[in-house]
Amino acid sequence: MSPITLLGAIVPGLVTFLSPELASRMQFGWTISVHIIFASLSIGLAPFIIYFTWKDVRTNERRYARLRSFWVKVFAAGFVMGTVTGIPMSFQFGTNFPQFAEVAGELIGGPLAFEAKMAFFLEAVFLGVLLYGRDRVKDRTYIISSVLVGFGAWLSGFWILIVNAWMQTPRGYEMVTRNGMEIAKLTDPFAAFFTPRMPWMYVHMMNASVISVALLVAGVSAYIVWKKPDAEAWNTALKLAVVLLIASAPFQAIHGDAYGRHVEDTQPQKFAAMEAHYETGQADLHLLAFPKSPEALTDPRAENLVTVSLPAVGSFLASGGDFDAEVIGLNEYEENPPVALVFWSFRFMVGLGFLFIGLALWGGFLMYRGRLADSTRYLKAMIAASPFGYAALLTGWYVTEIGRQPWVIQGELKTSEAVSSTLTGAEATLTLVAFVVLYVGLMLTALYILKWLVREELRSLGVRESSGGRWHGPIPWVSSDD
Amino acid sequence: MTDTLLPVDAYLVESLPEIWFGAVLFALGMYVVLDGFDFGIGMLYATRTDERERETFLAAFGPVWDANEVWVVAFGTMLLAAFPRVYSRLLADNYLLALGFVVALVFRGLGPELREQRDDERWKRYTDYAFIGGSVFAPLLLGMLAGRWLFGEATLPVALTGVGLVAVSIVTGAAFLAAKTEPGLASDLRAYGIGATVAYLGGVVVLLGTVVLTDVGGAADAVLSLPVAAVVALSVAVGLSGSVLARRGRYRAWLASALSLPTLLTILVAILLYPTIYPPTGLLVREAVVSPLALNLVTVLGFPVLLLVLWYFKFLYGVFSGPIEGEGYEG
Repeated sequence: MSPITLLGAIVPGLVTFLSPELASRMQFGWTISVHIIFASLSIGLAPFIIYFTWKDVRTNERRYARLRSFWVKVFAAGFVMGTVTGIPMSFQFGTNFPQFAEVAGELIGGPLAFEAKMAFFLEAVFLGVLLYGRDRVKDRTYIISSVLVGFGAWLSGFWILIVNAWMQTPRGYEMVTRNGMEIAKLTDPFAAFFTPRMPWMYVHMMNASVISVALLVAGVSAYIVWKKPDAEAWNTALKLAVVLLIASAPFQAIHGDAYGRHVEDTQPQKFAAMEAHYETGQADLHLLAFPKSPEALTDPRAENLVTVSLPAVGSFLASGGDFDAEVIGLNEYEENPPVALVFWSFRFMVGLGFLFIGLALWGGFLMYRGRLADSTRYLKAMIAASPFGYAALLTGWYVTEIGRQPWVIQGELKTSEAVSSTLTGAEATLTLVAFVVLYVGLMLTALYILKWLVREELRSLGVRESSGGRWHGPIPWVSSDD
Repeated sequence: MTDTLLPVDAYLVESLPEIWFGAVLFALGMYVVLDGFDFGIGMLYATRTDERERETFLAAFGPVWDANEVWVVAFGTMLLAAFPRVYSRLLADNYLLALGFVVALVFRGLGPELREQRDDERWKRYTDYAFIGGSVFAPLLLGMLAGRWLFGEATLPVALTGVGLVAVSIVTGAAFLAAKTEPGLASDLRAYGIGATVAYLGGVVVLLGTVVLTDVGGAADAVLSLPVAAVVALSVAVGLSGSVLARRGRYRAWLASALSLPTLLTILVAILLYPTIYPPTGLLVREAVVSPLALNLVTVLGFPVLLLVLWYFKFLYGVFSGPIEGEGYEG
């Protein structure tokens, strides 16, 4: 008897273990939520790293050396965290969802292997050069290394999203029986890789990463500029981040709107959950929704909400021009995703998206007036907003992934059928708890590292240390006595 | 896509499934060799108390470990791409071992990264624990996972495979460091390396002896074969000659011979597996492999990239060749 089964035999009276399915889903959801923060940090920082490296090597200006040095350190710490949190992801398809890996192996195995070989290696190898090789390689090689690291991050996202897009809109396969099991056999590689969802998802995710990191860079820069207004490098960084935000935030809203219509076409059940639309028929568009009672938080049907709605515009948007178009409601389906989670996540993401557009426009206006760094109010707003890009990115993924339930492969395989049949509740709960504890520690550490880097930067700029080692403020690099 | 470029119903070459069996084990071998010496560095780190020596170790580890670690992802995803059932069963049947291994990798990777973020004795002590602990447990659990793959649930062979991987990692770690550090430190490392070589070779003999005597999963016949005997004999020869080279202070030659030990170990794993690819259920390579189109696709797109990756590694190790100098980022 293994120690775990023994534990399971002794403890049930005291502890109730989660079911293997629930624990596996929570574990996967939790571990990928943490991983994606670091993965998108690499994607979003890539343009900054390339730009700063190029400017530093070409102009030899101190401000670019300073910015390159600082953000390469952040990139490196994020990349290490991304690596160590990414490896558990690639194992969990096997440990927790072996039926999924076996059914979809021919379709997802290739892209995942390409991701490792084409992208992950590229990033890891040339990051080594970028971090430790400044004196060992020629200038040009050094710049190229930064480009390859950034390219690797974007290519990595490409292959991973091919896998995820296939799970949303599977194509290019047929179901056959092998070794006594129904599996998906690859029949058309091109269709399987470039599924209808793929271009939507890629553009939306890459841009979301750019927005998240632009907000992060802007927040850190704003804090340093606030402390030390004449810090030349950080004025440059702030301006650059705001320019990127102006380019990316409005685009995300326009693109996201069209993306929503595509989801309605290809995954009507998910779309209905995003809108909490139960009865098939004409759909209103809820611009704003507030819960009338606490009940609405778990059951967001229209009668529980105070909404600002445009009648029939939901139908109009979903159909591309017809106010009377029928939008399929959740009542048509036997089994639905957790509607409240999808509905509120969607609203949270969209709301934040509009907030980012507001911040971008405000920043653009100040820049036009040449007063970007003078407005303390704007600096404070950007500091406060710095973690919210990630909040929007995560809730967006919750809409995508939770909204696909009960399916793991849309229309083909249910999540409940994908979970390991040999896994016990005790084992699954044990590892879930371990990953929660470990990754909470990991994220706190990541925040501390950022805080230390900022403090060190301020010290080197000659700003007197204002607080001890304790973390006071809600945002880690802000201390309470500021 | 034309039928000649990517045949749908036939493998590009008749033996493509066997080639992929070899490719998957090649990726595993690269991992065991390259991250193996990283683990060795982590374990030998525990024997150092001097801060300068510890920083020298970390400087050798820093630029390469992350790239080395990616080979385990290459191995896992190539296994999934070519033999999805094996990937699924291997990981699902060994749930805690597999996740224990990745958790050990988390600690191993974060330790050194975090260590340099703060100048504080207690902080350094804790991050060192993470580095050392992760470096011990990762090869131990990975070896045990390989043991379960080969021998199923038999406790002793599985434990011995784990210990064997730990020992061989110390050998390669010691040789790698000896080739890159100053003579005084190198002669210290040599002693650990030679001890670990003897332990490793003894462990392999005891392991195979146990398998023959208890006939675990009917593996006795596979062990009592000419190829296995040849690999074991070669390992002993390489291990002993490596130790002699180490004693004579010829560290680069020692490194070359030390790195062939985990290579031979991987070849041993391949011999013991084939023609099955998951002995616990008797699943054959030909039964587990994906359909021709899928395998042809990953071959055509993947193999050229694999060659490119090998070139990256040549470049990386070229840039960071020679004795260790300085430490940390030059930023």
